[in-house]
Amino acid sequence: MFAGKAAKIELREFELYYGDFRVLKKVSAAFAANAVTAIIGPSGCGKSTLLRSINRMNDLIEGVRVTGEIRLDGKNIYDPDVDLIWLRARIGMVFQRPVAFPLSIFDNVAAAPRVRGILSHKELVPIVETSLKAVGLWPEVKDRLGQAASSLSLGDQQKLSIARAIATQPDVVLFDEPCSALDPIATHTIEDLMQSLSEHYTIIIVTHNMQQAARASDFTMFMLDGNIVEYSPTRELFTNPKDTRTENYITGKLG
Amino acid sequence: MRNKEKLVEILLTLIGLSSVTVLGLIILFIFKEGLPAFAQVGLWQFVTGTRWSPGKNLLGILPMIAGSFVVTAGALVVGLPLGLGCAIYLSEFATAKTAAILKPTIELLAGIPSVVFGFIGLTLMVPFIRNFFGGPGFSVLASALVLGIMILPTMVSVSYDALRAVPPVYREGMLALGSTDWQAVKMVVLPAARPGILAAAILAMGRAIGETMAVIMVAGNSTIIPTSFLDPVRTLTSNIALEMGYATGLHRQALFATGVVLFVIISILNLTARVVVRGKTR
Repeated sequence: MFAGKAAKIELREFELYYGDFRVLKKVSAAFAANAVTAIIGPSGCGKSTLLRSINRMNDLIEGVRVTGEIRLDGKNIYDPDVDLIWLRARIGMVFQRPVAFPLSIFDNVAAAPRVRGILSHKELVPIVETSLKAVGLWPEVKDRLGQAASSLSLGDQQKLSIARAIATQPDVVLFDEPCSALDPIATHTIEDLMQSLSEHYTIIIVTHNMQQAARASDFTMFMLDGNIVEYSPTRELFTNPKDTRTENYITGKLG
Repeated sequence: MRNKEKLVEILLTLIGLSSVTVLGLIILFIFKEGLPAFAQVGLWQFVTGTRWSPGKNLLGILPMIAGSFVVTAGALVVGLPLGLGCAIYLSEFATAKTAAILKPTIELLAGIPSVVFGFIGLTLMVPFIRNFFGGPGFSVLASALVLGIMILPTMVSVSYDALRAVPPVYREGMLALGSTDWQAVKMVVLPAARPGILAAAILAMGRAIGETMAVIMVAGNSTIIPTSFLDPVRTLTSNIALEMGYATGLHRQALFATGVVLFVIISILNLTARVVVRGKTR
């Protein structure tokens, strides 16, 4: 299905419980390297939970329990010997609302390398510059790196969040509904950006916006009630859905 | 109906104004009673004079000004790190259950009468300081320790609220970068909460500089400028409280003038602090 692309992440009978409630039900699937994969589905289908299982952000929630495996390059990230700091350095995350820390533009991006102990200004400067260039924000902010990040527009703040996520040089970047707080123009730039970033990174995006999935992704996964209903190349899923539930959802009869 | 509405409005306005009026009257009264002393002693002489001996008409309050400053600074040195550390623990590291027990306990400290703090200082700290560090025990150090504990509730609860007001997405964003909890606190949560923490420090400072009874009981109250932390000290508030009972004439006016000086100092500190806080918020 990945047309020659390698699988970067693989879920094996992965289940997640909030207390007694089973949110994800024996999910098995793989995510292709250097591609954009979209996860769509109605609210509460478990798509965000699945995304947050991949960098173990769900660990922060009390009462969460998992079974099964999620493998990153063959290594189960739920093994007891996995270092969360290592894991989250390899898997970056961009949130629904842009996270502009109350710091300068420079310090917002530099927070990522600083977390891993890179503290000297000399080493930080090239990292910040490369990251801001990769998201296309550099020309705009290069003369005002010392200004507060909150002075940027929401769209630019989201680009800044992406720059910070890739400043740790991850392999994978997770996007959790990254455009839901943005206007249509900013949304398009972020979608283009995800496409261009997929040259170097494995990108997984959760979205409730089907047009976004259709426009910006190479593969699409449709989820319902904690199960994967259909998962195929994006064009195929949208033009020729095999499951009637998928068809109902993408034509607006469901969800 | 409309008349009733109007009446309520007027009534509430009057009530609102009355508190301002009371403040205005207090200021007016202190200044009226105190200003003659400035006129007679001379403002500069009064503020910079190093001898306070009302019997000989020597009325200089520099020792008390110095005393108030050094005792307040000492209290902040003790209380700020303790209070902030406690607030960080409660807000960022303690489980909900622990915080639910600890926070009300700390706030209970605020309900203990200051004379009790003074009594504890007098019976525990003063002898301890006398035995282990020397000097009379009644000292800047004893006052700073007692006041440092007394400002804890203010410091803890105001900075705790500031920390809780930091959007959770900041912490999440940091943890997603692979930060430890402490890195998230240090790099993002504390900078975000800084204006609130400064406000906590200001309130705590106001509490320390205004406290009277507890300080009287442990400070020793001699009218000399302290040169060591083990020296006895008298604050502006203590000066008024200790002597007002028997003072007459110029002496009495000088005590009111002490109040004027205290009022001006507190106003300046508050104003500076407010400007600082506003500057940091921007």
